[in-house]
Amino acid sequence: MARRILPGLPLTLGITLVYAAIIIALPLGALVFKAASLGPEDYWRIVSSERAVASYRVTILCAAAATLFNLVFGMALAWVLVRYRFPGRRIVDALVDLPFALPTAVAGIALTTLFASNGWFGGPLSAIGIKVAYTPLGIIIAMAFTSLPFIVRTVQPVLEELDPALEEAGQTLGATDLEIFSRVLLPQLVPALLAGLSLSFARSLGEFGAIIFIAGNQPFETEITALLAFIRLEEYDYPASAAIASVMLIAAFMMLAVTNLLQARALRYTEKG
Amino acid sequence: MKIRLEDVTKTFQTFRAVHGVSLEIDSGELVALLGPSGSGKTTILRMVAGLEYPDGGAIYFGAENATHIEVRDRGVGFVFQHYALFPHMTVAENIAFGMKVSKRKRSQADVNERVGDLLRLVQLEGLGDRFPAQISGGQRQRVALARALAVDPKVLLLDEPFGALDANVRRDLRRWLRKIHDELGITTLFVTHDQAEALDLADRVVILDKGKIVQSGTPEQVCRAPENAFVMNFLGDANRLKVDVKSGKASFQDTSFDAHGLPDGPAELFFRPADVAWREDGHGIPATIIRVIDRPDSRRVLALTRNGQAVEFDTAPEFPFKAETEGFLDIRRPRIYALP
Repeated sequence: MARRILPGLPLTLGITLVYAAIIIALPLGALVFKAASLGPEDYWRIVSSERAVASYRVTILCAAAATLFNLVFGMALAWVLVRYRFPGRRIVDALVDLPFALPTAVAGIALTTLFASNGWFGGPLSAIGIKVAYTPLGIIIAMAFTSLPFIVRTVQPVLEELDPALEEAGQTLGATDLEIFSRVLLPQLVPALLAGLSLSFARSLGEFGAIIFIAGNQPFETEITALLAFIRLEEYDYPASAAIASVMLIAAFMMLAVTNLLQARALRYTEKG
Repeated sequence: MKIRLEDVTKTFQTFRAVHGVSLEIDSGELVALLGPSGSGKTTILRMVAGLEYPDGGAIYFGAENATHIEVRDRGVGFVFQHYALFPHMTVAENIAFGMKVSKRKRSQADVNERVGDLLRLVQLEGLGDRFPAQISGGQRQRVALARALAVDPKVLLLDEPFGALDANVRRDLRRWLRKIHDELGITTLFVTHDQAEALDLADRVVILDKGKIVQSGTPEQVCRAPENAFVMNFLGDANRLKVDVKSGKASFQDTSFDAHGLPDGPAELFFRPADVAWREDGHGIPATIIRVIDRPDSRRVLALTRNGQAVEFDTAPEFPFKAETEGFLDIRRPRIYALP
């Protein structure tokens, strides 16, 4: 057997696999097991109940809107951080990670205070007739806030690696700035954007702490799926809670599978043949 | 298209990259800008392309002042040192890019036909569907050239085009580039720090040092009549001895050389390692052999003069080597330059 540089591979491999099993696979297994204890009819009744479907709609639509917002704003932020040198750049760069570090409940309380109808932002906004707190708009803002770093941090390193000569080559060939962006830069950012998008969307689907403060949590209006699962849990209805959670789990897996597929397609050109 | 640079200057922050360079490149000429790193050669090329703008002076394309024309409208073909191929496009898509974004609309069939012609020209038929990551460095650079030629540039500019390639690939590619140039007759300016490449390829070599032109001429002119110590040193191995000039004669110990027209005072004597004959006795500069370096086609001998200055010279591979052998250096084609 060839010598390895790192010693103790069998040991570390074993520990890692056991750890992954206990921390990741076991809870998911328990969830599926619990949900399965319901039997198909009960399961279907719970996951397709009117209130549950409404919560899926609120969660998915808000998550999609938040992700779309982050796609534009996150890419712009990554672009500015990579391409420009300005005073305070390092501070902005550090601030990007803040939503990761901040307890989501704190973010939720802060956003609610800001966007409540007597808050700094909420006051002026309600004066022109836009209500943010306790509406889906509030959910979108909370989701966008907590998932922003994903897009920035996946796009940033790819942008940094791009050879500036590619843009110059585009210029010498007569392309306009827009053509260079859409035909030269964007296609190369697509894999990173997809990765960032899927992470951002997944995080938004699962976000709980930041949202419940600002959402108002009206069933059928501003109740997210994670909250519904939590409510069932508080009612000691474990199987129902697990059933609703399993829907989110399936959605997350499906989305990761689709993005991986898209990413592999987008990265075809890097294969050696 | 004739290109003319008129007293062009460029400063980067505190560093002056190009100092008042004036240069004319005739239509159809192949000119090499040769110089060490930091000599400003790439900056000059990028200013001709429009990728940088000069702080002073003007650049003419034919009779037109092109100094402030934007890159995309300048009609130049630029080949980058590291190819700068678009990695997400196939070879054919890379070549077609300039035609696709052109204001002049072409039909897909026209574009395909032109791509096919260019692939044939650069001898890459059949590789049109590959991605840049799937072909070799030499092939990539040929794709880059085809891509630059696809837009019918008035001028072709190449920035160290073969710098990243193996020695053998490099030699083949430069012969091939010369052939393409002769076929197309397009005005070409290329930058290199490799004197062999410049001499091999160019009609005219422009040698730069510290942002200034130090000599410009045909390969023969710059090789046979280097105008100053920098050119003499830069174009190939050269020995340097400190000499004193007095009334038209430069003397080194007991040996004197013709230094017609040079002012009296300290000067430098240069000669190539191949321009030395080793004599056991007779006239010349006395020296002692210290060691030899064997080369495929010759033997390089390292010797010391009596006052301890090192001299290298080339001999036949059969040259018998014995350390500490004493003898005389008979120097042919000496060149003497006054100290700056």
